[in-house]
Amino acid sequence: MHEQSIVASLLFMALEDAKKDNARRIISIKLVVGELTGVEKDAVSFYFGFMAKNTIAAGASLEFNYTKAQLRCRDCDIIFPREKLKFNCPECHKKAIEIVGGRELYIESIRIV
Amino acid sequence: MDVKTIRVKKDILSANTRTAEQTRSKLDKHHVRMINFMSSPGSGKTSLIMKTIDRFKDRYSMAVIEGDIASSIDAERISRLNIRAIQINTGGGCHLDANMIEKALTDLELEQLDLVFIENVGNLVCTADIDLGAHKNVVILSIPEGDDKPYKYPTIFLEADTVLVNKIDVLPYFDFDLGVFPEIINGLNPLATVLPVSAKSGEGLDDWFAWIEQTLAPTKR
Repeated sequence: MHEQSIVASLLFMALEDAKKDNARRIISIKLVVGELTGVEKDAVSFYFGFMAKNTIAAGASLEFNYTKAQLRCRDCDIIFPREKLKFNCPECHKKAIEIVGGRELYIESIRIV
Repeated sequence: MDVKTIRVKKDILSANTRTAEQTRSKLDKHHVRMINFMSSPGSGKTSLIMKTIDRFKDRYSMAVIEGDIASSIDAERISRLNIRAIQINTGGGCHLDANMIEKALTDLELEQLDLVFIENVGNLVCTADIDLGAHKNVVILSIPEGDDKPYKYPTIFLEADTVLVNKIDVLPYFDFDLGVFPEIINGLNPLATVLPVSAKSGEGLDDWFAWIEQTLAPTKR
């Protein structure tokens, strides 16, 4: 997995926004992570622990909000969750689908003092 | 001490995407097209790239950027074809990113090139979300891997312009349903082309070569 580069980017972005606001410390970072990204919470926390050292984000807690994979039928417009090994629409049973959720990977907000 | 919440709402990969966009416009200036090959390890990325080089080496000027966790075996195979191969070792990293490609491109004489192939690290998950600045993404899936992979790893197939189904020479020995497979891919990604090929026997490669020619900048065709 590529959590190390993800942590490097998220840390850079969080520090940038915190500094703009003259923050002394970042207390927490709220993340939104889609299940299809394969990004692992434990690995992110692990890298964050030492990459944030000597920054104002040291010791900040990370909050993960995972989003499920959601599919949309291109014909019926119905949105439905992904079942393992099946993409068929529950209504028309066709496989013409679009992924509308589960690929998110962003910082929702940060708490600073 | 006042605690304050700042809404950020920023994509974590946005810096990478910006670099990728700069790379694409730099390549466009020189009419160079870059193709990113993604697949699991062992699906035939290097073999297909070599066949492609072999087919076009008298007509087009090509270079290869090889991404690997540690070795340079693939770059050495490519170099034997007298083609410029740049090795990127990710040192454990599971995919290439836009910065690595930007740096690798500075070692190439873009004004003399028509095509750059990127052989990404073998991986169906991590490579999918990272824009490298390529013009086209090619995903290779080989027959022994099974036709259920789009269900397990949908994201990579969403990013594909073309899906090469490689090793069709061994189709009789596996349960891969080549009749249904394009339907699964096009359900997910209606614009993707599905091309069954065998790098070993050469079957289907003419369609693939025709696709490559379509990909070239109009001034280079």
